[in-house]
Amino acid sequence: MPEIKVTPLGAGQDVGRSCILVSIGGKNIMLDCGMHMGYNDDRRFPDFSYITQNGRLTEFLDCVIISHFHLDHCGALPYMSEMIGFDGPIYMTHPTKAICPILLEDFRKITVDKKGETNFFTSQMIKDCMKKVIPLNLHQTVQVDDELEIKAYYAGHVLGAAMFQIKVGSESVVYTGDYNMTPDRHLGAAWIDKCRPDILISESTYATTIRDSKRCRERDFLKKVHETVERGGKVLIPVFALGRAQELCILLETFWERMNLKAPIYFSTGLTEKANHYYKLFITWTNQKIRKTFVQRNMFEFKHIKAFDRSYADNPGPMVVFATPGMLHAGQSLQIFKKWAGNDKNMVIMPGYCVQGTVGHKILNGQKKLEMEGRATLEVKLQVEYMSFSAHADAKGIMQLIRMAEPRNMLLVHGEAKKMEFLKDKIEQEFSISCFMPANGETTTVTTNPSVPVDISLNLLKREMALGGPLPDLKKPRTMHGTLIIKDNSLRLVSPEQALKELGLTEHQLRFTCRVQLQEPHSDQDTLNRIYTHLKSVLKGYTIQHLPDGAVMVESIVIKVTSSAEEPNLKVILLSWSYQDEELGSFLSTLLKKGLPSGL
Amino acid sequence: MKLYCLSGHPTLPCNVLKFKSTTIMLDCGLDTTSALHFLPLPLVHSPRLSKLPGWVSKDGTLNLEKELKECAGRVFVDSQPEFCLPERELLDLSTIDVILISNYHCMMALPYITEHTGFTGTVYATEPTFQIGRLLMEELVTFMERVPKAQSATCWKNKEIQRMLPGPLKDALDVWTWKRCYSTQEVNSALSKVQLVGYSQKVELFGAVQVTPLSSGYSLGSSNWIIQSHYEKVSYVSGSSLLTTHPQPMDQSSLKNSDVLILTGLTQIPTANPDGMLGEFCSNLAMTIRAGGNVLVPCYSSGVIYDLLECLYQFMDSANLGTTPFYFISPVANSSLEFSQIFAEWLCQNKQSKVYLPEPPFPHAELIQTNKLKHYPSIHGDFSSEFRQPCVVFTGHPSLRFGDVVHFMELWGKSSLNTIIFTEPDFSYLDALAPYQPLAMKSVYCPIDTRLNFHQVAKLLKEVQPLHVVCPEQYTQPPPAQSHRSDLMLELQPPPMPYRRCSVLGLPFRRRYERIQLLPELAKSLVPAEIKPGISVATVSAVLQSKDNKHILQPVPKPAPVPPSKKRKRVMEEPPELLSPKPLLSGAVPLEPFLATLHKHGITEVKVEETPEGHILHLQTEDTLIQLEEDGTHIVCGNNEPLRTTLRDLVLRFLQKL
Repeated sequence: MPEIKVTPLGAGQDVGRSCILVSIGGKNIMLDCGMHMGYNDDRRFPDFSYITQNGRLTEFLDCVIISHFHLDHCGALPYMSEMIGFDGPIYMTHPTKAICPILLEDFRKITVDKKGETNFFTSQMIKDCMKKVIPLNLHQTVQVDDELEIKAYYAGHVLGAAMFQIKVGSESVVYTGDYNMTPDRHLGAAWIDKCRPDILISESTYATTIRDSKRCRERDFLKKVHETVERGGKVLIPVFALGRAQELCILLETFWERMNLKAPIYFSTGLTEKANHYYKLFITWTNQKIRKTFVQRNMFEFKHIKAFDRSYADNPGPMVVFATPGMLHAGQSLQIFKKWAGNDKNMVIMPGYCVQGTVGHKILNGQKKLEMEGRATLEVKLQVEYMSFSAHADAKGIMQLIRMAEPRNMLLVHGEAKKMEFLKDKIEQEFSISCFMPANGETTTVTTNPSVPVDISLNLLKREMALGGPLPDLKKPRTMHGTLIIKDNSLRLVSPEQALKELGLTEHQLRFTCRVQLQEPHSDQDTLNRIYTHLKSVLKGYTIQHLPDGAVMVESIVIKVTSSAEEPNLKVILLSWSYQDEELGSFLSTLLKKGLPSGL
Repeated sequence: MKLYCLSGHPTLPCNVLKFKSTTIMLDCGLDTTSALHFLPLPLVHSPRLSKLPGWVSKDGTLNLEKELKECAGRVFVDSQPEFCLPERELLDLSTIDVILISNYHCMMALPYITEHTGFTGTVYATEPTFQIGRLLMEELVTFMERVPKAQSATCWKNKEIQRMLPGPLKDALDVWTWKRCYSTQEVNSALSKVQLVGYSQKVELFGAVQVTPLSSGYSLGSSNWIIQSHYEKVSYVSGSSLLTTHPQPMDQSSLKNSDVLILTGLTQIPTANPDGMLGEFCSNLAMTIRAGGNVLVPCYSSGVIYDLLECLYQFMDSANLGTTPFYFISPVANSSLEFSQIFAEWLCQNKQSKVYLPEPPFPHAELIQTNKLKHYPSIHGDFSSEFRQPCVVFTGHPSLRFGDVVHFMELWGKSSLNTIIFTEPDFSYLDALAPYQPLAMKSVYCPIDTRLNFHQVAKLLKEVQPLHVVCPEQYTQPPPAQSHRSDLMLELQPPPMPYRRCSVLGLPFRRRYERIQLLPELAKSLVPAEIKPGISVATVSAVLQSKDNKHILQPVPKPAPVPPSKKRKRVMEEPPELLSPKPLLSGAVPLEPFLATLHKHGITEVKVEETPEGHILHLQTEDTLIQLEEDGTHIVCGNNEPLRTTLRDLVLRFLQKL
């Protein structure tokens, strides 16, 4: 029986370093190749030695697919392709291909230049890695090889994020990456057709959450920012340069405009302007409204939001600063946080999920004293607010996607085990399908039951469909007979006659002639008439006829009566049939042996 | 399988393919050359045009001076320009299931097809085709609606009258079917039926047919289409290009193994080399500007204009003309320039990689930023106060019958310093200029048509090897003006099947197979037997289920469990159901092994008699004969059913079932 195997190397009952191996129809595919923000050691990358102990991965993987540019989905890519070694194709969408190397370079700089780590991938490796990337478009069917095809669907979440369908023959898997089922201020909602995959691998970050309306959250966010600025405080919003940042910028920009506010809004690092430029050039990936109006007004040209300089952090008075990275684990956002943490007038708003081990995660858990490098402790006095703006599907959204795609099995990744457990129960109850949640390194095997495609001769099919009539009787289905010719790799179903002809075979006629003896005090012809009448009454719906040569024919079975002059009452009935009519012939000979009823 | 040809224009095709159970329209081009018979629509009152004399036949019997005007010996219709639509009577347009669009020039008749005809299907197009197609339609509507004509000429269309008119009006075809431009509302309604597709996206139609757009290299988002089932493949090649301009290169390999290839949209100017024309364009432009004149480039608002701007971007500085302003005037100029920058996925590699930096893919962004290129929705408003001469103006419509270009013709036509450079190949430049004669302005004809030429298409067809080629009849003979150039036509073996307007072609297909799915339970139950080396056969008895053009074979349901004792007897007595027959048999029963088998089953007393055809076996104790022959076996027996079935099964052991 064919099987599909799924093994997470990362993101199995965890968020971070997404990396999932799928074996389907003899092909091996790696879905995402991410890093873990919560670790600084070996655990930061997926354990590729699971695939092979010795060396390069090229011969073990048919392709690698990256769902979107977030580092927990692509952060290990240059390490995998250049340091472990993979020369096969890497697929991602155009925006992901554009933005991913920038974030990788950023990540490399922080790790190598700032933290001084060695044995890390270099700028050149990022470039070499990106050369292996083949960009693809939404809904384009990409033929990886003769059998393996992949197709990308819109996922929302961030610019260029995609869900992927992986298909070999009639078996398929869909991997969602991260997705968002409700459109936001700059992106549309994820969409997939009713593709009925054997397995749907879904993220489950917000497996147990059903989030309130977006409007409420936005109002809440604006209110908090406004209040803090009004009382002269500073607001820090740690974000990743691309994604939520743009959505929140659009939100604040329109609010500032409407309320005529004067406090400055800054956006840290030079990446911003560049980032906004990406949004402008890839406007087709944003939501309907932005796409429709972009000629008149490009939403990514901000009037109120200016570039941040490090010296501004010490300026007096209120301000709002967007700074990277989003989980306060390094870089500018952490620096600003350290400066502002001591003042209770200030506020930090965490707009997204923080993985374990990051400063963001700690303060969200209410930690008031943080141990910093060099044994210093940092007291957290500023207000800490959490607002889930990260664009993941919530429980409702995940169920909605299942309804859209109608998978045969469900597999959860990219979430916390406890929450997954809850969602798994819910899915199994509501959809009566199996739901799996393998841990890292654990393999889930799903047996598929693909039907076998065959070429049927049009003659046979048409004949059969005509015989079945326009409205076939479902209770009494017709049985059709055909011959399947298996040659090289082709399977052809033809009528038996055609098969004989095609294969150059001659038919072998197998005939039976059976003698049945009966005592009948009638003439031969009368006996034959009696047989005719008898069979007419027994066999309803059969063709029974007299032949000119004095025989009776039932379908193609010939019945003759003879007798000898010596014993005129001992009739010998000869039944003759071919093997094709075996059932009827056998029935008739048994029937006639019992004699003819006297009432005839 | 049939092809209905609704347009005779080779580059503005409109064909309908009936394939399996689907009806597919391939493009719906609008032939706007009909507009050349009309007077230009000026944006501001033109004394010259309004003073043109009306036409009266020489003998004075026919007076159409209200409808027809004479200019430099030619007669023009004084009415809103009308267009020649695809044929609408050849088949019922409401039966069309889908319309496949190959590029934005080939969809301009869409509202005529989808509105007021009962059309309920879906239109498939790529996003750039859809967006730019919308712009071009909106532009056309604006051109017409902003200068409404009070009267509409109809008398001249009367067959009897048209016969008496001077040429070329006399020879215009099907004039009574010509229609005025559609409205914005009709455009919106037509476009609401469009579903966007990406290159290489497989779109299923009713489970019977799969259609896939492929990059055709001609314009932003332009596509060729593959229409296929599991066994038959039709390729529809429309405007395609192998030149390196801005669009993604043409996907040629996916066209391989076509049963039929429908070939349309070849270059209209097979004798002009686009690169050479570009060079001539630049040098004529430079010459005029240096002499203090203005250059007018009548063009469409999308397409080659992007390449022209890019070419000039490099050329102007090197020619020391860096300060000459470019003006692009069209109601959709801004949108066209903006849209061109956001379709990176649809551009050539070179441009695509620019957005990774991130930089706009086309250099006209820089021309706009540095104020070298300015765009205006029309000559009214800011343009009139900001415009400086000498300058280069890009504006539509290339027919010179409507749009802002009419104004520039009136404005600059009187001076020989100015030059009009024709780059679009769709209109004869002499015909276009006819209502402006006499003209002092220089005119230069540099048609840039990047579509395939005959040399390229011959190479392409050799590469992809379609079994049959269908093409407009124009491609099967040399152009009328160059009848000696046998290289300017398609020469193929077998010869291409030509079509003209209103042709209905039967396509040479013999469908022999259809895809069917064996359910896994059925597949597992099959017992294949090898008949010849490498060839196995298996007998299949199954129930056919056909739904939505998909066919499935499932196992024959097991008969309901036999009801207990009492009824059982009756079941035995009932005749077998009328089922399809047992499998056919093949092979032969060899004597010696058969005897051995009989022996093994306790049948030992067998007398063998040789006959001319084979052998007769007498089973003496049983009063039974078995006739063994090369192509048949005949068992003649008494009324001993158990023996007969045993013998039957023994014989069957030696035979193959089919």
